Amino acid sequence: MRARLRRLWTVIALPVLSIVLAALVGAVVMIFSEFLVRGQISILLPVNAYVALISGSIGSPNAIINTLVNATPLILGGLAVGLAFKAGLFNIGAQGQFLMGALVSVAVATQFRTFEPGFIGLLVALAAGTLAGAAYGFIPGVLKAVSGAHEVVTTIMLNFIAISIVAAAVSTVLDVPGSPSPITLDVGTAALPVLIGRNGHIGILIALAMAAVISWLLFKTTWGYELRTAGANPEAARYAGMSPRSIIVAAMSMAGGLAGMAGAIEVLGVTHHMTSSYGTTVGFDSIAVALLGRTNPLGIVLAALLFGGMRAGAVAMQINAGVPAELVGVLQATILFFIVASSVVRRIFRLRAVGPGLDEATTITRTYGGEVKA
Amino acid sequence: MDIVSVLYEIPIIGLVFQLIGYLITIFPTIAPIVMQAAVPIAFAALCGVMCERAGVVNIGIEGTMLVAAFVGWAAGVYLLPVLGSQPALAFGVTPSLLVALGLAVLSGMVVALVHAWLSISVRADQIISGTIINIAAFGITGYLNALISRTSPTSAGRFTSFTPPEWLTSLPLVGWLVNTLIAQGPMVISLLVIVVVFQIMLFRSRWGLRVRAVGEHPRAAETVGIDVIRVRYRNVLIGGALAALGGAYLSMELSQSFQTGMTVGRGFIGLAAMIVGRWTPLGAFGAALLFASSVGIGQSIRIAPPPGDLGSLLGALPGQFFDALPYLITIVILAGVIGRSIPPAADGQPYERESAT
Repeated sequence: MRARLRRLWTVIALPVLSIVLAALVGAVVMIFSEFLVRGQISILLPVNAYVALISGSIGSPNAIINTLVNATPLILGGLAVGLAFKAGLFNIGAQGQFLMGALVSVAVATQFRTFEPGFIGLLVALAAGTLAGAAYGFIPGVLKAVSGAHEVVTTIMLNFIAISIVAAAVSTVLDVPGSPSPITLDVGTAALPVLIGRNGHIGILIALAMAAVISWLLFKTTWGYELRTAGANPEAARYAGMSPRSIIVAAMSMAGGLAGMAGAIEVLGVTHHMTSSYGTTVGFDSIAVALLGRTNPLGIVLAALLFGGMRAGAVAMQINAGVPAELVGVLQATILFFIVASSVVRRIFRLRAVGPGLDEATTITRTYGGEVKA
Repeated sequence: MDIVSVLYEIPIIGLVFQLIGYLITIFPTIAPIVMQAAVPIAFAALCGVMCERAGVVNIGIEGTMLVAAFVGWAAGVYLLPVLGSQPALAFGVTPSLLVALGLAVLSGMVVALVHAWLSISVRADQIISGTIINIAAFGITGYLNALISRTSPTSAGRFTSFTPPEWLTSLPLVGWLVNTLIAQGPMVISLLVIVVVFQIMLFRSRWGLRVRAVGEHPRAAETVGIDVIRVRYRNVLIGGALAALGGAYLSMELSQSFQTGMTVGRGFIGLAAMIVGRWTPLGAFGAALLFASSVGIGQSIRIAPPPGDLGSLLGALPGQFFDALPYLITIVILAGVIGRSIPPAADGQPYERESAT
């Protein structure tokens, strides 16, 4: 039992310490900025802010539902980034894949908006969004496999192209005639059913199921083994007769599909329509989630719940403690900072390292200038 | 005019001539605007060139610019009552603006220092480090902006553009060039100098040779006595200062206010301009101009579409096409379809010093 606890601690020590340190940094930022802007020092402000943040994320049934709703796209987005990490790829394109998934699924769902029974339209829209995301992940996968164009750069470009595609589609073919500003129709009966409360749609169950599926794929199948090998050591994978090129294309497509599904669930479950300036921070938050979760599906779920809770509680923090919601971004970035500077944090707190975790990720930019050998 | 109309009438190919004709007509009007739009992109691209030539990938340019834009504006706001606002000789320079610009550049270098420490000393993944900077920059500037705007601050004003004498601007071609390049604010003019200086420094000086050696083959560079770590730190810091100028330009010269997330992806377009410009300062500047004209031409088509077939053809394109064009061009070039662009060989690779000595 004791050995088990110690083992658990070595795994979670770094994330837990990073969160605590980030909370301290956040407190300093709050006190210091309050002093700069108002000229008064209030030690209680961070306490009030964190109390409001926590009660806004888990303090009531409604708060918990909000946390789950916020965590849903982050779980799927985190899986999209994490899966690519496992294959040695850095998927910065979750943002664009999310947008394409959302756009295509809203385009399909509005066709089914009065169709009964509703679940047929829902399933078709969900599948269409997932496929659209997969297609959008397939592009950088193929570009990398064929010409060696690094996926970080191509996916950044594709993210911005996706913004333009969404704006163009929503303001032309999908626009409701006569609306003051470009907006699509409501998805109507194709919306995700609400499971609990006012807005607790069933997306969270889909996301958790996908986490289980990805976990099984990665750790229980030959394909998952090959993917992890190609990610950890492409040279060895090639010697063992695996094809890094096809793994790259498959991993990027799957990652895109997950992010696309996140987009589909977001429009079918939360917004129910899209505007031409539909914006989201899910893409970059997903990178943070994947890193905090150590690219592991279970870790990603926990990290997504944490970040989802922070997003849900941010509103309460702004209203009840008068601290701008944007502080949450600072906290998230600081958590990541300590995770990334793990070697330094470990040295300060004398923690033991736990095998290959994030260190896998340090190899990712190495292929930046090079081509893929196959 | 007859030859022109004959050229315009040729099926399909005539469209090309119509396009050229249209571009020639609109260019004098959009050129100064294109120049202004290109400035932040070019500064971002220069930051990318500085970092990546030394082997450090920096995707935190966007965040660096955002922080500098905020600091420049906020420092101006807070320094205005302290330093006063006596207008100086030219460009609307006031003491508070000048100090604020210095602080903005300093803030950009501080952000760059974080990136340098994480990616050079800690040897963390450089893309992750850049991502952290972007998330943190968006969060902290948004947070502070929300706090400050509650006090409804008064602006510190902005750098104004230079007004050349009329006899100069009324000259035929020269006047047009003067209007585009010189009748601008101080940062636009300094960009032109910086581009040329860095182009020469990078390819014609000892310093440039060392930087490129570190970016291509750090091990070999160290063997001949170059301090790889120091070169990388210095270049990332220079890059931070350049990105900061691009950010400060947005909030101190192009406008005189700060909005949350006001860089709207210019740092990333800068990255694209760096790639299209093949990791050279001049090329990056050229690509920034190209990208800015794409957006400028798009806007011009929306406001005053060309007549005839060309007009109906371009009018059918969604306006967003021109916004996306720079990114499409970059992907095509990256894919090696036209003119392969190859990054420095050691780009993105952390360097571990030989343990000897």
